[in-house]
Amino acid sequence: MANIPADLHYTADHEYVKGTSDPNVFVIGITDYAQDQLGDIVFVELPKEGASYGAHDTFGTIEAVKAVSELFSPVAGEVVEVNSALDGDPSSVNRDPYGAGWMIKMRLSSPPSDLMDAAAYQKHIGG
Amino acid sequence: MGSSEAGALKRTPFHDIHVALGAKMVPFAGYEMPVQYPTGITVEHKAVREACGLFDVAHMGEFLVRGPGAVDFVNYVTTNNVAALTVGQAHYSGILNERGTFEDDCLVYREADGLMMVVNASNAAKDFAHISRHLARFDCTLTDVSDEIALLALQGPKAAAILQPLTDVALGSVGYYHFARGTVAGVRDVIVSRTGYTGEDGFELYFPNAHAATIWNALMATGGVTPTGLGCRDSLRLEMGMALYGNDIDDTVTPLEAGLAWIVKLAKGDFVGRDALVRQKESGVPRKLVGFTFDERAIPRHGYPVFCQGAPSGMVCSGTMSPSLGTPVGTCYLPAGQTAEGTPFEVEIRGKRVPARVVKTPFYKQGSHL
Repeated sequence: MANIPADLHYTADHEYVKGTSDPNVFVIGITDYAQDQLGDIVFVELPKEGASYGAHDTFGTIEAVKAVSELFSPVAGEVVEVNSALDGDPSSVNRDPYGAGWMIKMRLSSPPSDLMDAAAYQKHIGG
Repeated sequence: MGSSEAGALKRTPFHDIHVALGAKMVPFAGYEMPVQYPTGITVEHKAVREACGLFDVAHMGEFLVRGPGAVDFVNYVTTNNVAALTVGQAHYSGILNERGTFEDDCLVYREADGLMMVVNASNAAKDFAHISRHLARFDCTLTDVSDEIALLALQGPKAAAILQPLTDVALGSVGYYHFARGTVAGVRDVIVSRTGYTGEDGFELYFPNAHAATIWNALMATGGVTPTGLGCRDSLRLEMGMALYGNDIDDTVTPLEAGLAWIVKLAKGDFVGRDALVRQKESGVPRKLVGFTFDERAIPRHGYPVFCQGAPSGMVCSGTMSPSLGTPVGTCYLPAGQTAEGTPFEVEIRGKRVPARVVKTPFYKQGSHL
């Protein structure tokens, strides 16, 4: 059973968006369901701080032993922090996708749209 | 990995066991097969390198060849020298077409009363039709028993210690690429073959489908065996530089190009594809399969474009992040003269050219059977 925290928001592509103490800055990663589907993650390619993306833009790549998947930005904004620890320990995305396995923090340039709440995401993955 | 075919997927006799274990089942070569179990590919890979894994490979095809002309027939449709096999010995070989390119790769087992050919599931029907065309000239019969025979691969440095208490075959007397028939877990007449596709010591067990659960459960009950899926089977074989049909070899390449000249015995007499290989040997082999790595962190994958001295040079055949080494490993064909160890070239990954260099295979050099 995939872990879907109630206080986060989700995309159809299985990224999550989590608030921080700064109301305009959000943490982005992939969901527990996504890491389980990918299997053992061996490489995460992330952007540099300062990069800007529109909603649905590709911001990185995640590689499991048997699969490659693109990472899509759930929101429009600028990357203000990158989880460089994933370079040395990509498997933390498998172990703790909502914690140590986070990927980037973005400062929003426009309000988020078309994100799902936990119940809608649960339905999306067929739960 | 092979492609799935349209229509219903076949199941091996171990199917329900995989599902009960929570395996991720995927279409492979027309079968529904376990790609991994809940522990994951990395753990399974490590289990085979350090202890013992159990693979369901019952999808593989088996043909029996019987009759006075059996050796001559198999010698004619494969590249290695079947006449050199003793009873109780097996070897790796190739099935070629008249162009000298691979229809398949296979194992050939010699028994007192005939031979067994073990072929890839994805090619079994094609292989059977291909070699049948030559059957009339030989005094022997050819039977496809793929749907009756189950096959398990018990692989890892602890495989012999785990299997010995369950069998009356003296495993110490069964050498690498040799086999014997005996009782395993109470099931009589099992072929116990010291072969595998992982680089580790281990055994492949051939027996009728009806005994599938008996043998699987007896091996698992020893407590020392990890169920292992096709995912780690691929990473294990690639670390050893062992060819996979559909990735590293297919009907566009010859054994000489694939670095498999050692399974081609031109001196044994005529065989399908021999003339083409003799011509290629005389005119020179235009390209060769090499192993490579990257110095930066990127992962090569099947199908990524390859550039040698700036010019397109086909694609990556196989590639992965080696679980044992923690480095990227891959294979591709490079033009003759560009295949020496250390030769630089490039692989295009998502629009970016990544510097690669040729390295010797096997990538992993500590296997308990190299």
